[in-house]
Amino acid sequence: MGPGEARHLLVRTGFEARIADIDAYAPLTREAAVDRLLGGVRTTASTPFPQGTLDWVAPRRFREAGPDERRRLRQQLVERGIALKAWWIGEMLATDSPLTERMTLFWHNHFTSSLQKVRSSALMARQNELLRRHALGSFAALLHAASKDPAMLVYLDGARSRRGQPNENFAREVMELFTLGEGRYTEQDVKEAARAFTGWSVEPDSGEYRWRPMLHDEGDKRVLGYFGNWRGEDVLDILLAEPATAQFVVAKLWKEFVSPQPDARELARIAALFRSSGYQIRVALRELLLSEAFWAPQNRGALVKSPVELVVGTLREFDVRVPDPMPFAFLLRALGEDLFSPPNVKGWPGGEAWINSSTLLARKQFTERLLRVDEVRMTPAMETAGPQLPLQRRFMQAIAEIEFSSAAWRAPFREREDMIPLTLLALPAAARKSFDPRELVADPVYQLK
Amino acid sequence: MNRRDFLAASLGVLIAPNSFSQEENRYRRLLILVELKGGNDGLNTVVPYADGAYYRLRPRLALRRDEVLQLDEGAALHPALKGLMPLWQAGELAVVQGVGYPQPNLSHFRSIEIWDSASRSDQYLQDGWLARAFGAYPVPEGFAADGVSVGGADMGPLGGGRTRSLALEDPARFLRQSRLASAEAEPAGPRPAALEHIYRVELDISQAARRLEASPKITAEFPRGRFGTALRVAAELAANGAGVAAIRVSLGGFDTHQGQPGQHARLLGELAEGLAALKAGLTEARRWDRTLVMTYSEFGRRAQENGNLGTDHGTAAPQFIAGGRVRGGLYGDPPALGALEGGNLRHGVDFRSLYATALERWWNLPSAQLLGGRYETLEVLRS
Repeated sequence: MGPGEARHLLVRTGFEARIADIDAYAPLTREAAVDRLLGGVRTTASTPFPQGTLDWVAPRRFREAGPDERRRLRQQLVERGIALKAWWIGEMLATDSPLTERMTLFWHNHFTSSLQKVRSSALMARQNELLRRHALGSFAALLHAASKDPAMLVYLDGARSRRGQPNENFAREVMELFTLGEGRYTEQDVKEAARAFTGWSVEPDSGEYRWRPMLHDEGDKRVLGYFGNWRGEDVLDILLAEPATAQFVVAKLWKEFVSPQPDARELARIAALFRSSGYQIRVALRELLLSEAFWAPQNRGALVKSPVELVVGTLREFDVRVPDPMPFAFLLRALGEDLFSPPNVKGWPGGEAWINSSTLLARKQFTERLLRVDEVRMTPAMETAGPQLPLQRRFMQAIAEIEFSSAAWRAPFREREDMIPLTLLALPAAARKSFDPRELVADPVYQLK
Repeated sequence: MNRRDFLAASLGVLIAPNSFSQEENRYRRLLILVELKGGNDGLNTVVPYADGAYYRLRPRLALRRDEVLQLDEGAALHPALKGLMPLWQAGELAVVQGVGYPQPNLSHFRSIEIWDSASRSDQYLQDGWLARAFGAYPVPEGFAADGVSVGGADMGPLGGGRTRSLALEDPARFLRQSRLASAEAEPAGPRPAALEHIYRVELDISQAARRLEASPKITAEFPRGRFGTALRVAAELAANGAGVAAIRVSLGGFDTHQGQPGQHARLLGELAEGLAALKAGLTEARRWDRTLVMTYSEFGRRAQENGNLGTDHGTAAPQFIAGGRVRGGLYGDPPALGALEGGNLRHGVDFRSLYATALERWWNLPSAQLLGGRYETLEVLRS
């Protein structure tokens, strides 16, 4: 492949391309490199969830609490939410399987749920585990699992849906956003499918999924032309049988990994393979990464780094020591990607929408300050939204502990300084030729992957 | 100088104020949106003090008849809003009652998104309604920015789209930060659209910074605190010759589930004093006649008080419109406490009617396309 292509593959499927990895991948063929990447992916996180984040707080406790207890529980929820966000950033920094985290985030943005509505760190943490477990497995299995996931049942009101009073929220979104795409189903399909999903609920004492046959609508339903006494699982299988589902998912993967605009013929080809493989995500990804379009020069730097990719990628690339990633949870929020809190059920729109005047300045300020941290201590001014008061001390402490050594980072580039711009930028810099990482990360091209 | 040149030059001077393009004139009329974050309790803002049901629903939270500021025989302002009374008496304050939307969503997050994007309750639009307006009817190039969100990174109604909008907390800090953006236009060449977009944003930033550097200082006094500071920045932006078409400021803390009386009075006091100061500042900048100020909030609150001396999330609520061109008075219908729906007020005025009024009456723009339907405009402006 050579170093240029190695860099491209590593950044597109992970967070960064370190010089040692570029050296390891450069001699391989594209096919060997892609198979190596897809071969050794984790299905579980390498770090444990923070204490308390997995503890289920029954809704009854909220209801029965007095004002003081209620305030305490609310504060606890905020703190656990922040702990969970910081944990995920930490996992992304620590993992030896960056593709796993990229895909977990991809599915978080597909099967969206938000702390804002779910109001339970435990359900969000369990959902995160679930998404990671299936991240590169079977989309069919993932769809079934994510649909019954308690966070999802709360987020899209499935837990409140019952025979006689079906809630259509999940039924609509599963068709529009999770499988078929807009305009490929009718309002009647939504209504009938909603009846099929009744009976799926959450056990209040444990927060686990529970099937309640008494709440299920046993009548016949007609969904996408198929008629029968369907249950929720049957409807999901009907959706999986539609070719549109494979097209929809592959198009979304294309925009994540290849370019902003999928090529219609390639898309159809890969979607067909994806479908006939029983929805093996790995199959779709392999085809995408080996497609002409993925390697085409005009698609280099064609995608905008998400805030997570920018922040985690920069911290990893420069070997920044981050004992407590909590401040970066706030930074990500300021940059528009508040983990576990996507803006709505459609998720983060991404692409050019990541960049506006405020986020661009915040991005540039982040990289600028970070690379000067060995000269000037970082100040919390990088965070504008302001953390909760009780967390302020931890925030300041965490900022003070960040360490970066530019000399150590530069060492492997001795006598091959020309590798510095290649490592850091997807395209040649717009500005004059420079080997100074601070100048290179200030270049607009650094925002691209 | 020959006679023709002289004529042209003097004509130029004479017609200069009218020689602005239509867009130029349109957006010389400034819109300031004031967000009341958290869901402002409408019933204790504009109080139906003559309605017995109000006192029955709120045995502990109701404001006494003898303390409220009466506007007419049925409606009165919270006493903390006394700072608004001079505006009311000058006929420059419109109070629009019962503003909301069908199938109300009671989540802060989702409901403010509905307001910001002017979408239906079951529709997810990506761009803010002002961003859509500026996308379809561009603000002239010479303006410092299309819109500015003062005080927070979130762009609200200015978010999304390809507009030249800024978020800034402190203009001085923005000017310092803006050096991170390249001021030079890149030569044309084949490059990814994403890179093109970043270049454009960088240019917008440095252009705005250049033009805002010369903002005149306002001597009017503003209340202390974030909100007062944000309003001062708004007044200074309004005074800037380069111009901005819209400004958004926020006042947070209206989510009064408990201990409402003190908290709400403090916030309304801040709002009223802030708006009074804004009028003083804009009058000083000679912009008051060309400014429309409009409040909004994600929802009102439940008609019945809760057990914690507070109120829970509700639906329709009153909003204020103020400005030198505003025709003061009460608009919309008073809250119908006898016809609640699940404990919540029904709305009488769709929030998109406020937007349609700003678009059609203030900026003379067709609104149906931008708002996804025809919404009646309000007669709140003097011609």
